[in-house]
Amino acid sequence: MAKVEIVVNGRKEAREVEDRTLLVNFIRDTLGLTGTHVGCDTSQCGCCTVHMNGRAVKSCTVLAVQANGADVMTIEGLARDGELHPVQRAFTECHGLQCGFCTPGMIMATVGFLKDNPNPTEDEICKGLEGNLCRCTGYINIVKAVKRGAELLQK
Amino acid sequence: MYSFNYVKPGSLKEVNDFLASNPEARPLAGGMTLIPTLKARLAQPSHLVDISALEELKGIEVRNGALVIGAGTTHAEVARSTHVRDAIPALAELAFHIGDPAVRNCGTIGGSVANNDPAADYPAGVLALGATVVTNRREIAADDFFQGMFTTALEPGELVVRISFPKPRRAAYEKFAHPASGYAMTGVFVAQTNGGIRVAVTGAGPGVFRWSEAEAALAKAFNVAAVASLTMPAADLNEDIHGSREYRANLVRVLTKRAVARLAGR
Ligand SMILES: Cc1cc2nc3c(=O)[nH]c(=O)nc-3n(C[C@H](O)[C@H](O)[C@H](O)COP(=O)(O)OP(=O)(O)OC[C@H]3O[C@@H](n4cnc5c(N)ncnc54)[C@H](O)[C@@H]3O)c2cc1C
Ligand code: FES
Ligand code: FES
Repeated sequence: MAKVEIVVNGRKEAREVEDRTLLVNFIRDTLGLTGTHVGCDTSQCGCCTVHMNGRAVKSCTVLAVQANGADVMTIEGLARDGELHPVQRAFTECHGLQCGFCTPGMIMATVGFLKDNPNPTEDEICKGLEGNLCRCTGYINIVKAVKRGAELLQK
Repeated sequence: MYSFNYVKPGSLKEVNDFLASNPEARPLAGGMTLIPTLKARLAQPSHLVDISALEELKGIEVRNGALVIGAGTTHAEVARSTHVRDAIPALAELAFHIGDPAVRNCGTIGGSVANNDPAADYPAGVLALGATVVTNRREIAADDFFQGMFTTALEPGELVVRISFPKPRRAAYEKFAHPASGYAMTGVFVAQTNGGIRVAVTGAGPGVFRWSEAEAALAKAFNVAAVASLTMPAADLNEDIHGSREYRANLVRVLTKRAVARLAGR
């Protein structure tokens, strides 16, 4: 067992975990934050995307002990004072989802790559979301939502 | 995942000592290969030794005409680095096309080279550029380092510390990515180095290799026509549900032509 202190969505969480606990299980099972999803066991789908020290990572492929001392943000931490984050609003407005399973990961990945590229072309959006799979939408509205999210962020 | 103990020593020396006294321990860098391997129960190390925060493995600099990249540098850092973009833009581009953004934020050059996946990108760059792999014990030339599928010259407990790339005159990397995994179905790195022309192929065979016929042909005439008339023998190449060996042999030639076209024009 290992002691970890991880700041999750601004709150310090000090817990004991097994060394082999994945960050995604720490987030979902220990903290009860179930917005972060698990869609595969091959590190490919991106449903589990969260931010660690400001960068998008796949929380199913990071150990909780590796995140010791880090600042983690999950989908639950995006909204401010009851106001959805601009990228969350854009996904709602553009209907960038169908079943919604991939959506938390899509949004966290989007918020992550818009930091590097605040004004992406359609090709750059597809490249930026390469690590996120959607089984429903065919991606058309997701790409629209990312464009709209970029606009809203610049307002 | 089988259980293991996680440790995070503060210095390279402590890591060396720990690995020396725990033969079943494995270094953990970005975890983008090792953690999926553990999740699939394909490995059962006693300890994971986290080397991701070691200062000795960090940094990118240009030293005596060579680009030196610390083993702990992430793919995202290499792709963004102005040192890399200025010195060897093809290497920055290679890093930018590895996996996806989240993988690039964690995965490291040292982990990729030490792992030597037959479909990984970095081994092609390291071999074509004639780089030197610097470990905690010695310096290993790229030509001696890669020894076939998931096999390298590294001994137990030996760590990649940094990789030194002599600046080439020109270089280009062309990759045909597997549409689902992003790994190279085939990737070809062509470099015009001070020691001659080097062509390294990844993804197509059981390990990264140099295509000496193409190197010889390009040394005589560095243009697309020189490669167009060559054929890559298919016998020893990989075959799987994604493509036959003949398909991969053709990809090697096509991607070499594309890389040369980028450097020499048509
Ligand atoms: C979804 C996905 C897509 C990917 N796509 C690609 C791709 O398109 N192209 C590509 O090339 N790769 C791809 N990868 C692999 C990725 O690049 C890995 O980051 C890389 O292969 C391993 O680096 P790491 O730092 O994550 O190493 P780890 O996973 O931490 O370690 C890998 C192995 O190397 C050993 N090791 C690590 N560092 C050192 C060191 N300094 N010295 C000695 N041994 C060491 C470890 O003990 C382990 O055995 C992908 C991975 C994923 C999950
Ligand atoms: S759950 Fe699929 S990438 Fe993490
Ligand atoms: S909306 Fe169903 S998986 Fe993307």
